[in-house]
Amino acid sequence: MTDFLQLVISGLATGAIYALAAIGFTLLWQTTQTINFAQGEFMMLPAFFALAAMRWAGAPFWLACIVAILCSVLVLGIGYKKIIIDPLRGQPGLAVVISTLALAIFLKDSVKDIYSAEAQPFPTILPDTMLSFGGVNISLAQIGVLVVATVVILVLNWFLTQTRTGRQMQATAQNPTVAKILGVDIDRMVLYTFLINAALAGMASLLISPIYLAKFSNGEVLGLAAFVAAIVGGFNQVRGAIVGGLVIGVVDNLAAAYVSTAYRQAVPLVLLVLVILFRPQGILGRKEERTV
Amino acid sequence: MSTLKRYQFPALIIALILLAAMPADLTGLGIPWTGFKRYGLYIISLWLVTAIAAMGVNLIMGYAGQETLAQAAFLGIGAYTMALLTTKLGVPYFVAFAAAGALCFVVGILLGFPALRVQKHYLAFVTLAFAVFVWLFIRNEQWLTGGVFGIQDVPRPVIFGIKTRPPLVFYWFVLFMTVVLAAVMWWLLRSPWGRAFTALRENPVRAESLGIDVRSYKLLAFAVGSAYGGFAGALYAPLVEFIDPAPFALGPSLYYLLMILVGGMGYFLGPFVGAAVGVLIPEWLRFTEGLAPIIFAVIVMIMVALAPRGILGLIEQLLTPKRRPHSDVTGPTLGAGATLTKSSAEKVTS
Repeated sequence: MTDFLQLVISGLATGAIYALAAIGFTLLWQTTQTINFAQGEFMMLPAFFALAAMRWAGAPFWLACIVAILCSVLVLGIGYKKIIIDPLRGQPGLAVVISTLALAIFLKDSVKDIYSAEAQPFPTILPDTMLSFGGVNISLAQIGVLVVATVVILVLNWFLTQTRTGRQMQATAQNPTVAKILGVDIDRMVLYTFLINAALAGMASLLISPIYLAKFSNGEVLGLAAFVAAIVGGFNQVRGAIVGGLVIGVVDNLAAAYVSTAYRQAVPLVLLVLVILFRPQGILGRKEERTV
Repeated sequence: MSTLKRYQFPALIIALILLAAMPADLTGLGIPWTGFKRYGLYIISLWLVTAIAAMGVNLIMGYAGQETLAQAAFLGIGAYTMALLTTKLGVPYFVAFAAAGALCFVVGILLGFPALRVQKHYLAFVTLAFAVFVWLFIRNEQWLTGGVFGIQDVPRPVIFGIKTRPPLVFYWFVLFMTVVLAAVMWWLLRSPWGRAFTALRENPVRAESLGIDVRSYKLLAFAVGSAYGGFAGALYAPLVEFIDPAPFALGPSLYYLLMILVGGMGYFLGPFVGAAVGVLIPEWLRFTEGLAPIIFAVIVMIMVALAPRGILGLIEQLLTPKRRPHSDVTGPTLGAGATLTKSSAEKVTS
């Protein structure tokens, strides 16, 4: 039983990180109807910004983290929108799919060539000391991950529901035409969505890299987990992305322990097919209507 | 289109003769041409095999408007089916060839059935996850697939007493199979079944209201496209004679999409052009030591924005007499993305 609880808690920690990326993914889908197939690489790259800042500029870890988030907002937020998405306006969804797949290859191979092809160790925010709660061992690092992720999600939720800008963003996501009539600066709101997505991916990157090590090819696995988290939870719901992320993290951990380590990466496929067969709109999602 | 169509048939015959003669040693016929060396023959055979798999992707993407991210996985299924049946059970080549295609077709149905029940890009995600799974399976199930050590000595077939072991003969065999598969694809697309696709791509909602069962058409397109992946794999295994999991991973699957885009999505010859770029670019850029994927990715990102109909789309634009371009109702698009923009009706709005 204690083993089980430990697995669930460490699963929740990784799941919370997937949730961060899945939220960004969901927000982008809501406001721009685009799917970012490079989201996994967006979770891989910021860790290398931090590593580069430490290795080449000699920055301390905390400063490197800030640099990584800023760079990711700049490159993966503004750069991604202006260079990749904006030129495709008016084209069907397929164009964005292909372009972001190419972007994924571009980012992956660039990191491999510029930084390193080897997995890089990455420092944790909190040390790896084990704490014992009635026989259940939890590391301080895991608690750190959970706390940071929870705070980020709460702040984001507060921003989206309590601030004027946040509510304008939601309005833009729900109905851009009406939002525009009501005087919402849609373009600005869309830009904010890209910035938030990049920041969330950056956070996720800094949190996941100590666990999986920073490696150029991490995007494949991380991206798949984030996509599936978004779909399992409900494609069009931020709350769904959170639930989906946690579910993936826990199921992944339990499957690795009780079913098979070798097929751990197949967990997303199983979950994906189950959800599509039995609850296509996701756990918390609502059905989308198709317009002619 | 008409300019291209007029010269289509004679051009095709000339191209085929050239393709058959180009790698051969023609000095015996009085032509000072010594043909291709072993490596050149390998590359040109690989081009054809890649083009077969890409034809499948073109059917799925260019005609049925779906995304598949698992074509290399289907290639793997086909290659391993061929390798296992011929090396372990001694099954005749063409039986194994049919089995490879049939298996991929069935897997395509099983995979596509749930994925195509829902709209949006779910097939992309399911195939993405499936690509990861196939790779894991090939790598982990050592008793069957040999794991990372792969399967060695996949035999090249003997057809009507002709041994295809020499590279040149095997190339002709691949060329012959490519022509057969391309003819089947051509016939499929010209059949009423194929024409329904065009309707689907141009306006899915209208096609549905005209009584076309959109879902089963998309499902069949995906299954047939995947079977082409299997056929390509069944040619790939005897071509390389040694197979291991690496070429069937997720990464190579993504390249098929990019190749189709570069060649020209929805054009019959698009896969051949795309596969040429996809196979040759890594060869030409060998001196850059690993920069090839980056350069290819950049080319694709630029082309999606500026020439979404690929190289063939550009050629067609150049060959068509200058006319005022039709403006599309959906708004300003870069390039003449008419076939692409029309399918934007498929977009889901919440």
